[in-house]
Amino acid sequence: MRSARAEIALAPDVRRVREDFPALRQTVHGHPLVYLDNAATTQKPQAVLDALMSFYTRDCANVHRGVHLLSERSTAAYEGARETVRRFLNAADTREIVFTRGATESINLVAQTYGRANLRAGDEILISGLEHHSNIVPWQMLAAEKGASLRVAPIDDRGDIVLEEYEKLLGPRTVMVALSHVSNALGTINPVRRMIEMAHRVGAVALIDGAQAVPHLKVDVRNLDCDFYAFSGHKVFGPTGIGALYGKARLLEAMPPWQGGGDMIRSVTFEKTTFNDPPYKFEAGTPHIAGAIGLGAAIDYVTGIGLEQIGVWERELLAYGAQELARVPGVRLIGTAREKAAVLSFVLEGVHAHDIATILDRQGIAIRAGHHCAQPVMERFGVAATSRASFAFYNTRLEIDALVEGLGQVKEIFE
Amino acid sequence: MSSDVRELYQQVIVDHSKRPRNLRPLEGANRKVEGYNPLCGDKVTIYVKLENGVIADISFEGSGCAISTASASLLTESLKGKTLAEAEALFESFHNLLTGLEPADEAPKLGKLVVFSGVCDYPTRVKCATLAWHTLHAALSGEGEKVSTE
Repeated sequence: MRSARAEIALAPDVRRVREDFPALRQTVHGHPLVYLDNAATTQKPQAVLDALMSFYTRDCANVHRGVHLLSERSTAAYEGARETVRRFLNAADTREIVFTRGATESINLVAQTYGRANLRAGDEILISGLEHHSNIVPWQMLAAEKGASLRVAPIDDRGDIVLEEYEKLLGPRTVMVALSHVSNALGTINPVRRMIEMAHRVGAVALIDGAQAVPHLKVDVRNLDCDFYAFSGHKVFGPTGIGALYGKARLLEAMPPWQGGGDMIRSVTFEKTTFNDPPYKFEAGTPHIAGAIGLGAAIDYVTGIGLEQIGVWERELLAYGAQELARVPGVRLIGTAREKAAVLSFVLEGVHAHDIATILDRQGIAIRAGHHCAQPVMERFGVAATSRASFAFYNTRLEIDALVEGLGQVKEIFE
Repeated sequence: MSSDVRELYQQVIVDHSKRPRNLRPLEGANRKVEGYNPLCGDKVTIYVKLENGVIADISFEGSGCAISTASASLLTESLKGKTLAEAEALFESFHNLLTGLEPADEAPKLGKLVVFSGVCDYPTRVKCATLAWHTLHAALSGEGEKVSTE
């Protein structure tokens, strides 16, 4: 264990880092922007914007088919981004990295291919009570189609999954387990490595929704031994509309294709089509080439700072934020798990989250108010909505002070 | 204090959000419709006792943000004793106020409802202010059991 002083020395130079994000330089309603909605989406560093610009001004051509120079360049950049994602997740092979529109599409892809091919009536899919709607609804749809059932591992009052209950719900009928690595609504970091191991003991396949994890934690899919890992580019400082699915090669190979079209085939006649190998089998049509390249640039940027360093700073912000919010009378934190990533979800007595968000917005402070696409989580805690401040490595203690001061003004209006 | 946010959260709105009027189920109601705003989870149920085309009594139940609660509360206050035609005209006028089509000073018939004039500067909150009204409209026109702002 390092000393606190040595730890903080590792933190990124936030002032310098902020210079890399043009969007952070603006004012909102006459106040400097305080962007605390990073769990919804993150701002983009100049390096990502430059990568997009460079693609569209220099290398724009379709991939995997042209013999001309621009197509060679765009193919090299697109496949280079795939290699960047592979390294980022420590996957064994680029064939295991499928580009998608984001975590939601990645999860749907698995539900519609692996799920459809392997689930039978009476089988079970196990999720947790922490899931985002995107890791509930695709499984509900699949369960309804197959006559399978959806089981839910409960969470406790802190927002931790109750592991004993999770383990009890695993059984010979469990075909699929789908869990968030980090909860978007509460910030809980789930012990997914252990949970995957438990799932494997009963022969289930495990998908991890890593949308909220990759901006904060070093992810190693081989160490986790997950079968699938899904994430979105825009939550890790990349463009919207791009994300990735990691899948173990032997699973991807055995899975039926999903969408049909160009690039996913080897040969087509009117009688018969033979399909391409993974990952191309799952990338029908012209992909989001610029997005993938932008995502590669975002990952390079993040790994350039270092996820360990990011973690050090974000833990600092989280501890400071929790401490400062707790000092505001009437504030109650929702989600106090033992291991948390950079999310502070809270309610303020007597004031609805939407009113809080509106009043803060007029002070330049962007937070999220609502159910965070996790209505079952809200129900579990008996609240209709929460206010959520979520951090990235570019946030500062001063911004947390602004949030706390802003809440003082909310209270002034509603006193 | 950001001066303009006070124009949204005027004293009357804050007061009605904290002490909503006519917040109860209505005995003898012959119209009842639930409204829902999926964006923020606001829920409202409007009860109307309609007699010979006149709103003899009106109440609501529900939970939501200050804007939607105050709007439902002030709606019930404004509409008691009004005819169906008057209620619809008031809704139109109210909607025009929120969307900036009708300046507050040109809408004397709105009475207390002018406190919502600030909403037009907050496009994302227009739905909060109109949820109860859309729900009422459905109750009066006999459309379905549930309405949604989406």
